[in-house]
Amino acid sequence: MKLGALLVIALRALATNKMRSALTMLGIVIGVAAVIVMIAVGAGAQARVEEQIRALGSNLLLITPGTRTQSGVRLPGSSQALTEEDAAAINQEITDAVAAPALRGGAQVVAGNANWATQIYGTTPEYLQVREWALLAGRGFTPVEMSRAGKVCILGSTVARELFADSDPLDQVIRIKRVPFTIIGVLETKGQSLMGTDQDDIIIVPISSARNRVLGRPTQARSTAVSTIWVKVAEGYDTKVAEEEVRNLLRQRHRLQPGTEDDFFLRNLAEVMAAQEASSRVLALLLAAVASVSLLVGGIGIMNIMLVSVTERTREIGLRMAVGARTRDILGQFLVEAVTLSLIGGLVGVALGIGGAMAIATFAGWRVELSPHAIGLAVGFAFAIGVFFGFYPARKAARLNPVEALRFE
Amino acid sequence: MLIETRRLAKIYRMGDTEVQALAGVSVDIDRGEFVAVTGPSGSGKSTFMNLLGCLDRPSAGEYRLGGTAVSDMDGDQLAQTRNRHIGFVFQHFNLLPRTSAVENVALPLIYAGIPRKERVAKALRMLERVGLADRAHHHPAQLSGGQQQRVAIARALVTEPLLILADEPTGALDTRTSLEVMALFQELNRQGMTLVLVTHEPDVARFARRALRFRDGRLE
Repeated sequence: MKLGALLVIALRALATNKMRSALTMLGIVIGVAAVIVMIAVGAGAQARVEEQIRALGSNLLLITPGTRTQSGVRLPGSSQALTEEDAAAINQEITDAVAAPALRGGAQVVAGNANWATQIYGTTPEYLQVREWALLAGRGFTPVEMSRAGKVCILGSTVARELFADSDPLDQVIRIKRVPFTIIGVLETKGQSLMGTDQDDIIIVPISSARNRVLGRPTQARSTAVSTIWVKVAEGYDTKVAEEEVRNLLRQRHRLQPGTEDDFFLRNLAEVMAAQEASSRVLALLLAAVASVSLLVGGIGIMNIMLVSVTERTREIGLRMAVGARTRDILGQFLVEAVTLSLIGGLVGVALGIGGAMAIATFAGWRVELSPHAIGLAVGFAFAIGVFFGFYPARKAARLNPVEALRFE
Repeated sequence: MLIETRRLAKIYRMGDTEVQALAGVSVDIDRGEFVAVTGPSGSGKSTFMNLLGCLDRPSAGEYRLGGTAVSDMDGDQLAQTRNRHIGFVFQHFNLLPRTSAVENVALPLIYAGIPRKERVAKALRMLERVGLADRAHHHPAQLSGGQQQRVAIARALVTEPLLILADEPTGALDTRTSLEVMALFQELNRQGMTLVLVTHEPDVARFARRALRFRDGRLE
C-alpha cells in the first residue's frame, strides 16, 4: 500500500477525534519546544563564553608578582620581583612564546572640554600581538618611542568615544595627569572581559612613558618592576609545557633555591577557559537532556492513545483484514498514524520553540543561539519517538485475528 | 468446482479443553450456485464460513478455492485471496463510520493497489448496481439499515470476486428490508455470482437453491 493512501487514512482517523489528537500532540509539542529552547539557551551561553575567550586571546599565560614578606607581614602582589627584563628573557629564551610586560594604573584624562577617568596601560608593542588586538586606525609604537618614553598613546574604543565622540582622535593631544600625549592609534572594540569589565576603557602608552611620566613614583624611578607579564604561547604548542618552561626560567632568573615558593603567580588562562567552556557545554547538554525527558513523556502519551485507538477500532481492523489488508498494511496504517501525530506535534513544537527562544532573548535579555541543526535534531527525535512508541500498538493491531476482530463488541 | 473441501476440521483449544468446532466436512460448490449454510448455534456453520472466507486456517483437511489449495497459504497470501476472490457481507454491515458510501465501497480496492480515480469510478458503478447511486456521498449514519447493507453488498462486489460470503446478512434488518436484500442476492445469483449464505432463519434459507445443514460440526 502506498504511503499517500496510508497518510490519508491516518489524517482522517486523527480528524475524527480532533480534541484527543490535539491533546496527544501537546506532549510532543511541549517536548520539542522545550528541547529547542534549552539547546538555544545552552548554545547561547556557550557562544558567550567562547566569544569572551576569543576576546581575551587564546593560549595565554598570565604572570603577576608574588607575595613579599616585610617585617613578618605577607603582602600579596606587592613584590618587585617581576621585571621588564623577565619579559625580555622569555621572548629571548622561549621561542614558542611572546611576552609583553605591563604596568597598570588609573588616571584622569583630559581632551579639550571632555575628561574621563580610565586605565593607563604601559606596555610594549608585543602586547597587541599577545592579545590579538588589532588597530582600527593609526599605528603602533616605534622603537624610538619605546626607548625614549615617547609621549604617544593608543586609545581603546570606549575612551575614544567618550573623549572625541564622532570626531577623529588621531593626532589629537590629550593630557594624562597633565602630561600631553599625542594619539597615534585607536584600537578595535573587544567587548566585555570574562569578569564583566569593559576592556575598551583603556589607554595604552609605552611602558617607559607610563613609568617615567604618568604612573611612576619617585622611589621606583629606577626600578623596572612590572605589574603583569602576558605570555602568548604559539598556536599548536602545549600551554602546559610552555608554562613549565616559563616557570623554570623565572625561578632561575630570580635565583630561587629548589623547594622554595615561587615569588610570582603563573596562571594558565587557556586551562581556566577550557574548564569554563567544558562546564558550559555540560550545562547545555544537561538542559537538553532534561528537555528530552518531556519529549519521552509525550511519546508515552502517543503510545497510550494509540493503544486505546486500536482497541476502539478492533472491528475496523477486522473488516480491513477481511477485505484484503495484509499484516503490514495494518501495521503501516497505525504506525503512520502515530508518526503523523508526533510529526505534526514536532512541527508545531518547532514554531513554539523558536518563538519561545526569541521571547527569552527579548524579555530576559539572554543570549540564545537557534541552530538549524538543533531544530532538525528535535524534529528527527519526534519522528523517532512516533515510530518507537507507535510500533507496539501498531503491531498489536496487525497481529489481531480477523475472525475475533470482526466479532469484537 | 469452485469450492472443494475434503475432511475439513477445526479444533479450538480453550485452556485444557479442546473443542472440535468442525469435524471433517467435505463439500463441493460449483460456480453460480446459491448455497445456504444453516444449523443451530454452535453447529460449526460460522467456523465453516470463516474457513471458506480464508479468515482462518483449518486444523486438518484440505480446501481448494478455484483449484488453488488455500490450506497451504501464508497470511499474506490469504489476505490477497480474500481481497481478490471473496466478498464479505456481515450481519452488522461493518461499514467505516464517518466515511461516505462510495469510499466504503472502494475500500477493498485500496488494498488491491488500484489508483484512486479508478477506485471511485468502480465504486460508483457498484453503488448503481445495488440501486444506491444517489446515496454515494452519504455517511452510514445517514442511511437506513437496508441501505447500509446494500452498500456493504456493493463493497463485496467491487473486486469482482469468485464468491460472496454472507454471514446472517438479514440478522439486523426488519422483515420487509430483509426481503429486499434477499431479492438483491437472488438477482446477483441470476447474473452468475456464486453465493454462500449463513443463516439460522428458514425463511431466509429458502431463497437459496441448495442447503447445507450443520449439526455438531458435521454435515447432516
